Amino acid sequence: MDTNKSSAQVHEITMVEAVTLALAHEMRVDESVVLLGEDIGPNGGVFRATLGLREEFGFKRVMDTPLAETLIAGMAIGMAGHGLRPVAEIQFMGFIYACMEHLVSHASRIRNRTRGRVTCPIVLRAPFGGGIHAPEHHSESTEALFAHVPGLRVVIPSSPVRAYGLLLAAIRCNDPVLFLEPKRIYRIERQMVQDHGEALPLDTCFTLRQGDDITLVSWGASIMETLMAAEQLSEQGIECEVLDLATIKPMDFNTILKSVKHTGRCCIVHEACRSFGVGAEIAAGLAEHALLELKAPVKRVTGFDTIMPYFKNEQYYLPSEQDIVAECLELMTF
Amino acid sequence: MQPHIEVPYQQCLSIKGQALTGLSENQNLILQNEELLKDAYRWMTLTRVYDQKAVALQRTGQMGTYPASLGQEAIGVAVGMAMAEQDTLVPYYRDHATFLLRGWPIRDLLLYWGGDERGSAGGPVQDFPISVPIATQSSHAVGVAAAMKIKGEANAVVTTIGDGGTSKGDFLEAINVAGAWQLPVVFVISNNQYAISVPRTIQCGAKTLAQKAVGAGIPFLQVDGNDFVACYDAMQEALERARSGKGAYLIEAVTYRLGDHTTADDATRYRSPEEVKEAWSKEPIKRLQTYLAEQGWWDESQEKAWQKSCDQRVEEGIAAYKTMPPEPAEAMFDYLYEEFPEVMSAQLDLLYRKVERMRAPDSVVDELELDGLERDDSANDESLDEE
Repeated sequence: MDTNKSSAQVHEITMVEAVTLALAHEMRVDESVVLLGEDIGPNGGVFRATLGLREEFGFKRVMDTPLAETLIAGMAIGMAGHGLRPVAEIQFMGFIYACMEHLVSHASRIRNRTRGRVTCPIVLRAPFGGGIHAPEHHSESTEALFAHVPGLRVVIPSSPVRAYGLLLAAIRCNDPVLFLEPKRIYRIERQMVQDHGEALPLDTCFTLRQGDDITLVSWGASIMETLMAAEQLSEQGIECEVLDLATIKPMDFNTILKSVKHTGRCCIVHEACRSFGVGAEIAAGLAEHALLELKAPVKRVTGFDTIMPYFKNEQYYLPSEQDIVAECLELMTF
Repeated sequence: MQPHIEVPYQQCLSIKGQALTGLSENQNLILQNEELLKDAYRWMTLTRVYDQKAVALQRTGQMGTYPASLGQEAIGVAVGMAMAEQDTLVPYYRDHATFLLRGWPIRDLLLYWGGDERGSAGGPVQDFPISVPIATQSSHAVGVAAAMKIKGEANAVVTTIGDGGTSKGDFLEAINVAGAWQLPVVFVISNNQYAISVPRTIQCGAKTLAQKAVGAGIPFLQVDGNDFVACYDAMQEALERARSGKGAYLIEAVTYRLGDHTTADDATRYRSPEEVKEAWSKEPIKRLQTYLAEQGWWDESQEKAWQKSCDQRVEEGIAAYKTMPPEPAEAMFDYLYEEFPEVMSAQLDLLYRKVERMRAPDSVVDELELDGLERDDSANDESLDEE
């Protein structure tokens, strides 16, 4: 096990490569970590997140399953109940709904129903979100569906460094984690990632930029536009505090609240549909706990309550840097 | 016309309790094993007594909805007796006989059906809890079996399911991978002829449920599910195969649910009295009792003493169930995640306040409510600001 931080290799890698790095690290240090999913073996997964792992860890630890998502989720629960730490890949989040019964009825509640006798340390990984010109059913962001389920953790990285650290944390977590990977930013930037095996904390949001005027809360791929908007607003003299929610459930609301009490303004940015979502949850919490500190209504920049358009029109659906800037300017002049 | 598929059918005892001819060596060994058969009979009768008392508890408002296993005791006991301690059971909800054999205390079974999560805390550490959603346990079972194979264990998994459950994708996906990956798992279908009210004949167009294994590439067998000897022999063979790395096996135990689906069901709405009467003539307990009596291994005094012992054991379980102190309300938070997420502490506080309100004597509750009304009327009351 490579625990020596100074000797840990540093890689300049993309987010999807950071996923591979974290998987490989944890498989080397913990024999109970196994991977299962469709095409994850010689093919390395459709996005190559498991590239090279079959060669290193063999058939027993990198398992190509039959094409059956329900089975993948169910098998992972069985494996976890028998002492393994399965990391299952669902090829696209659009195919994850077949797993829903296992997530809602079993994975999320087996610890509770057995008073801790049987536990479910599974990670279900799935690429999600729009913006890569994918076919129908490949571009939705439905994290709110899963965030509603008690007992599940929903984690979304937004950079190579956080993908590495959060995935390690997810694998080590003794509860089920849905690890959603925003595929639009899989290869958009490279970061220096140290393969030191240090996990980042779950249930914690990350402050990416400090500011006094507006709190911007986002997660996943939208962090990119959010940071660009913050930069543009800064040039106009408006300083935004940017929070990466990272763990959608359980949500670190206290950090958001503290920031909004400081800035007095909040704009939430997410790719998912507008209504009944994570943004609504944050807004409701702010209404409950920060009403008198707010200088303006809470804003949301989101997708619409529509079917995600096929890729020729997806740019009209996805929140853009300009959308965020426009809403923030309104917040400042309210 | 359906394709012809040869489905072997296994029976050892006639419905009148006589040994059939042309049996295998192992089947004859079972038939000659006095202690084994008496043991099986004892577990079957204990299960029936437990079932009757559980239904009575529900009828008198002392327990929740309950699915009796009346008539299905032979297959349940055969599964429990054939399994080794270190094997894993991934059950469905009507496996009371097997649960008892796996060591679940009667108190805990009653707790489970009485609405207390602690009911699933006991039992063998590796066994899965009862699955109420239909067929999902099949997927979990192949996961356990894959884990065993990965770890190099020489144990097996047994997963049970009703006839209705075999219509679901989970079951079909599970037998499919069990065949493809040669997993050490035994699928046991308790075909009790009804999925609540829907008869087997309109549940599935195949002549047998066992033949679903053909498409999965795993061996299969139909047994008389009310014949303990046939069930036990089949389970022994299937488990032996699984443990020795030869892969999965599917057994369809043809039985009959003599009672209602659950205490919330009324089977007279969809079954004729004649059909049920006919089914009673094939029931498993009488059949084995006749065989034992004809061998001179069981008599009326033994029966009387054993029934008394069953009553006593079940009554003790009921007493332990009734005197179990309630679990504190915050247990719902304690067991949700391994470690309590600090970010949920505000919700835990809400629960504590709710518990306090519920514990307050009526007069105080009334006062609090009045107090609340008064507060609503006085918008400037400072107490509104208290968190």
